[in-house]
Amino acid sequence: MNPFGVVALLPLLVLSAGTVVVMTGIAIRRSNFLAALTTGAVMVAALLALLPAARVVPMRVAPLFLIDGYFVFAAALVLLSALAVLLLSYGYVSAIRSSPADEYYLLLLVATLGAVAMLASDHFVTFFLGLETLSVALLGLIAYSRHRPDATEAAMKYLVLAGTSSAFLLFGIALLYADQGTLSFSLAAAKASSTQGIGIYRMAASALILTGIGYKLSIVPFHMWAPDVYDGAPAPVGAFVAVVSKLSVFTVLMRYFVAGPGHADHAAFQAIALFAILSMLLGNLLALGQNNLKRLLAYSSIAHLGYLLVAFLAPETFGIEASSYYLAAYAVTTLGAFGVIGLLSDPAAGADCAELESYRGLFWRRPWLAGILTLMLVSLAGIPPTMGFIAKAYVMTAGVGSALTLPLAALVIGSIIGLFYYLRVVVVMAQPVAAGVQARFPRVRASGAITIGALAILVVVLGLQPASLIAPIRLANPRAPSPPMVAASPAAPVSVAGLR
Amino acid sequence: MMLPALIVIPLLAALVACLGGRTRANWPRRVTVGALLLDALILAELTRPVPAIGLAPGWLAHFDAPWIPQLGISLRLDMDGLSLLLLWLTLALTLASVAISWREVTAHVGFFHVCLLATTAGIIGVFLATDLFLFFFFWEIMLVPMYFLVAIWGHERRVHAAIKFFLFTQGSGLLMLLAIFALAFVHRQSTGEFTFDYFKLLHTPMSSGTGMLLMLGFFIAFAVKLPVVPFHSWLPDTHTQAPTAGSVLLAGILLKTGAYGLIRFTIPLFPDAAHRFTPIALALGVLGILYGAVLAIGQTDMKRLVAYSSVSHLGFVLLGIFAWNTLALQGAVIQMIAHGISTGALFILVGSVQDRLHTRDLRHLGGLWHGAPRFSAVFLFFAIASLGLPGLGNFVGEFLTLLGTWRVSPPAAVLGAVGLVMAAVYALLLVARALLGPANPQAVMGELSGRHRVTMAAMIVAIVALGVYPQPVIDMASPSLLHLGPLSARAAPLLHLASRQDQP
Repeated sequence: MNPFGVVALLPLLVLSAGTVVVMTGIAIRRSNFLAALTTGAVMVAALLALLPAARVVPMRVAPLFLIDGYFVFAAALVLLSALAVLLLSYGYVSAIRSSPADEYYLLLLVATLGAVAMLASDHFVTFFLGLETLSVALLGLIAYSRHRPDATEAAMKYLVLAGTSSAFLLFGIALLYADQGTLSFSLAAAKASSTQGIGIYRMAASALILTGIGYKLSIVPFHMWAPDVYDGAPAPVGAFVAVVSKLSVFTVLMRYFVAGPGHADHAAFQAIALFAILSMLLGNLLALGQNNLKRLLAYSSIAHLGYLLVAFLAPETFGIEASSYYLAAYAVTTLGAFGVIGLLSDPAAGADCAELESYRGLFWRRPWLAGILTLMLVSLAGIPPTMGFIAKAYVMTAGVGSALTLPLAALVIGSIIGLFYYLRVVVVMAQPVAAGVQARFPRVRASGAITIGALAILVVVLGLQPASLIAPIRLANPRAPSPPMVAASPAAPVSVAGLR
Repeated sequence: MMLPALIVIPLLAALVACLGGRTRANWPRRVTVGALLLDALILAELTRPVPAIGLAPGWLAHFDAPWIPQLGISLRLDMDGLSLLLLWLTLALTLASVAISWREVTAHVGFFHVCLLATTAGIIGVFLATDLFLFFFFWEIMLVPMYFLVAIWGHERRVHAAIKFFLFTQGSGLLMLLAIFALAFVHRQSTGEFTFDYFKLLHTPMSSGTGMLLMLGFFIAFAVKLPVVPFHSWLPDTHTQAPTAGSVLLAGILLKTGAYGLIRFTIPLFPDAAHRFTPIALALGVLGILYGAVLAIGQTDMKRLVAYSSVSHLGFVLLGIFAWNTLALQGAVIQMIAHGISTGALFILVGSVQDRLHTRDLRHLGGLWHGAPRFSAVFLFFAIASLGLPGLGNFVGEFLTLLGTWRVSPPAAVLGAVGLVMAAVYALLLVARALLGPANPQAVMGELSGRHRVTMAAMIVAIVALGVYPQPVIDMASPSLLHLGPLSARAAPLLHLASRQDQP
């Protein structure tokens, strides 16, 4: 590995070393504050390490990692989201029990490491290892509120799901290996472009891999787990599952299907189109009946993944950049919404404050929190002046450009249904406070308040001034020419750039 | 720089009103009035006939700044006579809304004025934007605060009404957004440039099928707002449940954004498709006039009655727009303004009945004249303005519209005139049941308060002026309508031809 490779890999190296540091720190002195501080410092250091890495992209490190502009963008998004989750968790997890919650931060860091590793995957091994690192750490995070039976149930569900989806994924990978003789995306892409047609092995492999990925993205028909896990997990962890894990898996989907060997697999694209339509319609329809805000957000996130897939289906007409912008908007708004739930919840209680009824009159009791939650819901509904509006408009641009009639129809219908349930929450918050029964809200924690404040500002500023985000997104194209594989393979080096 | 200031001032004022509103109840009200007066000053400056430098004829002011250059979207605002007229209407009616809510709105005063100002800012943006994406941005932005106005300060079924309003307008808006994007892509195909600039997108060549589809995308969004009859069902609910100020804004201005959109966007962008659509549009216009009037006659809820009368009145606007001649277009513009004032006033009057007597039900009212003769006289005045008495603004609008429509379609004009007769029926029924007859001992009303009186006096003056001397308004609007002028000149004789050549 040349020295530039080290620079390119620096964010990952920082994260890996950081987990060791945090672990050592815990061995020396157990403290909530110290553990959170070191974890935060490691995340910030990894973010800073992206700067030198961005200078040397695109760079292939070993056959496993591809550090390109897309990685830098996605890693920045993942790290910032993880940092936000950390800030939202601080104060939340320490209130769960009296002993320090330092292992929580360690798990968070390991999960982040797994997610970031996945973003750089140019090889199924990287993808799979990253995914497992993320999933195993998430398991602990989801079950962290041990005193809540729901949390344990959610973790068990997630465990079963993670195992099942990994099994599908592994089998698919094995079939693909049998067909292609390589696990590298780039080499497989080179092969795929030279061979005509898609054999039965590859069809089966694509189906299995899509199933595995579909589970992780919780798109219909692989969505059943999402509401239970979102509901049972502590609110900040719910945000992590909704944002970081989906974001990183979606990145791999882009790498494999749009930029990699899957781009010729029309059957897979048709299947994804179907999943997208189903997700938009069913996700929104199922959200209609929810009286629990976390479950509502779970179904809405299913629908949002559907919108995101519309952009995925239109890579030729702004689709790639639309999906990147959408990911950013989705991350900011989802973190903000879960952040408000977390701030209103008493971690020591039997459940988070997610029942819609407890939000009655929130506008007049906690105007700032209610205002921010409204802003996030408005953004999720795709109404200006928020990021969500620009994101949805961007996706629609992409879809119109590629004439995706059915997905666009589903998007419009889904959005209208979506308005209904987002507005319902806003209406409940705007109603007069019910006399008599008044749930007590805990004191607002400073770190969380600052985080959601920052997120709210981001939602509006990037909604009014999207150009400042679109410019870097344009540089982060997974299809940008990447350096050819070193002569490790017998096949002649083929530049991926020339593929399409 | 003056055009963005028109939008930014209310938004800044909203912020100030929100921050200061916690301590002093009158603070948000004063801030709102101040912001509106400041806007009016700017508008007065813009109204002076200065020779425009570097602007196309008919355009009075222009502003341009990059917004999302990557997608060809810019912050482009332009003002012509039509925008100017509607901006004056917007400011006047918002001011009236503040005045009549001074005593009436006591809950969450700060937030109320935030919503009022934000709605106004969005509406001003709609009347100014000439970048299609920016237009849509403002189009959506005015919905959320309006939604809050209805949902928080509305009457008994406010939540239902607010959600219905939002779903209708947002849903149809999404269709328009799709059409906007499709138009941009069609334009890119023919010129290679991806842009949302209104002036560049004008005269985009496209096949007749595409043109029709895109035109419908725009038309439906505007038809929901106007409202045109199959898409009107949100209107009676929302107008009835909204607080008085909300009804005034909705009827007075928000509905006009639909008419404005038709005049500014649907017809100029898709002249051929719109032209082919004429028979249907005329039929819808006539249907709206008659259907709205019939339902208005049958109402016992005063607010609902006025709301259905709106449907009927705006049918004339649709008729005027799709008659394809200057006379009818001028009638439509006058009708827009006159309807804004007269219906706004009626909503204020009905609202004050509701505030004092806590009912809008005509079956429980009657004989208000005995207790409140001045109020009743004003009520009578606006009721007959609404039925189109010569000498008042509505008459001019309706008459010109029918005159213009007669040239292209005598049946439509005849049926529209029947609507005028029915307008007399519902307006006089309203007067007879609310004001005349024996006084109901439980429903004795006092006179109007000072602020109400001033507001009403101003509105009476405006509607009389519009009726007696409408020429300044026509002069101000006609350059904008001349954009459609050559088109209408060439279209009118061709109306009976089955098809027309595509031409830019």
